[in-house]
Amino acid sequence: MTATLTPAPSAELPPPASPRGRGLAERLSPYAYVAPFFVLFGVFGLFPLAFTFYVALFDWNPIGDQVFIGTDNFTRMFSDPRFWNAAGNTVSIWALSTIPQLLLALVLAHVLNHARLRFALFFRMSVLVPYITSVAATAVVFAQLFDRDYGLLNWLLGLVGIDPVDFVQSTWGSHVLIATMVTWRWFGYTTLLYLASLQSVPRAVFEAAAIDGAGPWQRFRHITIPSLRPVIIFTVVTSTIGGLQIFTEPLLTGSGLTCGAVRQCQTLTLFLYEQGFGQFEFGYGSAIGVALFVMVVAIAAINFVLSTRIKADR
Amino acid sequence: MMSTATRGRRPGRVRWWTYLLLSAATAACLFPLYWMFIVATTDTATATKMPPEVVPGGNFFHLLGLVLETVPFVQSLLNSLAVATAIGVGQAVLCSLAGFAFAKLQFPGRNTLFVIVVLTMTVPTQLSVIPQYMIMTQLGWVDTLQALIVPGLASAFGIFWMRQHISATISDELMQAARIDGASTAQVFWRIAFPIVRPAAFVLGLFGFVTAWNDFLWPFIVLKSPERYTAQIAIKALQNSLDVDLGLAMSGSFLATIPLVVLFVVVGRRMVAGILEGAFKG
Repeated sequence: MTATLTPAPSAELPPPASPRGRGLAERLSPYAYVAPFFVLFGVFGLFPLAFTFYVALFDWNPIGDQVFIGTDNFTRMFSDPRFWNAAGNTVSIWALSTIPQLLLALVLAHVLNHARLRFALFFRMSVLVPYITSVAATAVVFAQLFDRDYGLLNWLLGLVGIDPVDFVQSTWGSHVLIATMVTWRWFGYTTLLYLASLQSVPRAVFEAAAIDGAGPWQRFRHITIPSLRPVIIFTVVTSTIGGLQIFTEPLLTGSGLTCGAVRQCQTLTLFLYEQGFGQFEFGYGSAIGVALFVMVVAIAAINFVLSTRIKADR
Repeated sequence: MMSTATRGRRPGRVRWWTYLLLSAATAACLFPLYWMFIVATTDTATATKMPPEVVPGGNFFHLLGLVLETVPFVQSLLNSLAVATAIGVGQAVLCSLAGFAFAKLQFPGRNTLFVIVVLTMTVPTQLSVIPQYMIMTQLGWVDTLQALIVPGLASAFGIFWMRQHISATISDELMQAARIDGASTAQVFWRIAFPIVRPAAFVLGLFGFVTAWNDFLWPFIVLKSPERYTAQIAIKALQNSLDVDLGLAMSGSFLATIPLVVLFVVVGRRMVAGILEGAFKG
């Protein structure tokens, strides 16, 4: 510990990090404070990402040989029906989960934004309960609820005379089931994100509209939605990036790494895992990782273009 | 409160369908947890009965015994607790430190480094699990808990968020006063800055804890032996066993969810407030 004897009264804010009398350690300390993140990100984030592109060029067996094969993994991937099947499943599950989730969140956020709502904290906390429930637990419960023989849902359908649906074994059924899990787990969280954004809209705007005779629907359509546009775009992007990485739900829904006998609900990340850690084809698995990375970057780029255009419109 | 409009609709009036809608949403959020509890406490015969049983049965301890026979579930809960606590505390401290440096200290390269931090948020590193696994093999960390803890100790988002909070709550005058009193940078952080932003750091740590507790893909790849499993991987192991009606997996899910529900009852209010303050607006 060093005591500064004559602190120079400085108008410069914040005060210099290295006043006279402090050692080298004091001047370097800011770097020490930010270093842990950069080290961790470099070792466990950036380097593996770069290395994915490298491994993808090899026929890479973790306990055997590594043979350079150029772009063969990619040619193989583009002609692999299992890849396109997984890509199709991923997009289908993404659409089935994102669209209802965002619509539901919009409506609930609008409703929760009411000034005189009673039990507001209770409702806000309740919708966040699925978020703290793990994906694994969610998958187990919904698999049971949607079970063909013993599921509550099929029992209810039976009451109105509908034959039991085998959700897991059919393509659309398994997609609906997985999309339901994703929607359930995330819609409350998205609702609160929208609510946060709505609360920054001055209440006077809503009141003025109401006084001018705008009904609930008009207020929703002309005030709520436009003021949420940036956060809506943000959630579309995050749920898309999350959607590309859906893994646990299909793994625990179907049987094994293929998610069913005909890979009816195998997603891209599950396919990556199957090739990488099921078949020990690290090279081919990495090529699938590269494909996923390109998709994520493309979506982020589209988002960037859209959000700058929206800012320009204002 | 607010305007007492004498004409037109009063914006303050809440209609009955608002409560109906919110009650339905609440029921949809809570029912699966209740159902988990029902199935986790009944025997196979009751669980598969139609119409289904809607009150808890008395079979919980029987199923619990089966769960403990199948996987070391208590150990897996402790593993989850260790991993999630380490990550929560690590993020709260390391992100506060870095956020403090970016908000309140001047050093060459500060702005460039901060831009890099923000940019890393857009990099989807989860897609490179194969090289990540290879690194863990090199480090000899496969099948260890530090393989889960160390990569999650600091996050770009956390740094970004703590920097916003520190900028907004700690004035330059306060910093300067501490300097004049002769405090070193470390002392300013620990004695002045951190106590002030501790509530924000706590919420950040909470989200880190919850995310780590619920993580699946990475522990599923890295952990091999049952005594190293986290609770989520133990659930998967229960489902693998001869578990016809998911009763075992349900009991495991129930056990793995209860700690978080208790935590949420105690501090959920602060998580909600954290999101509403813009914690996760990105």
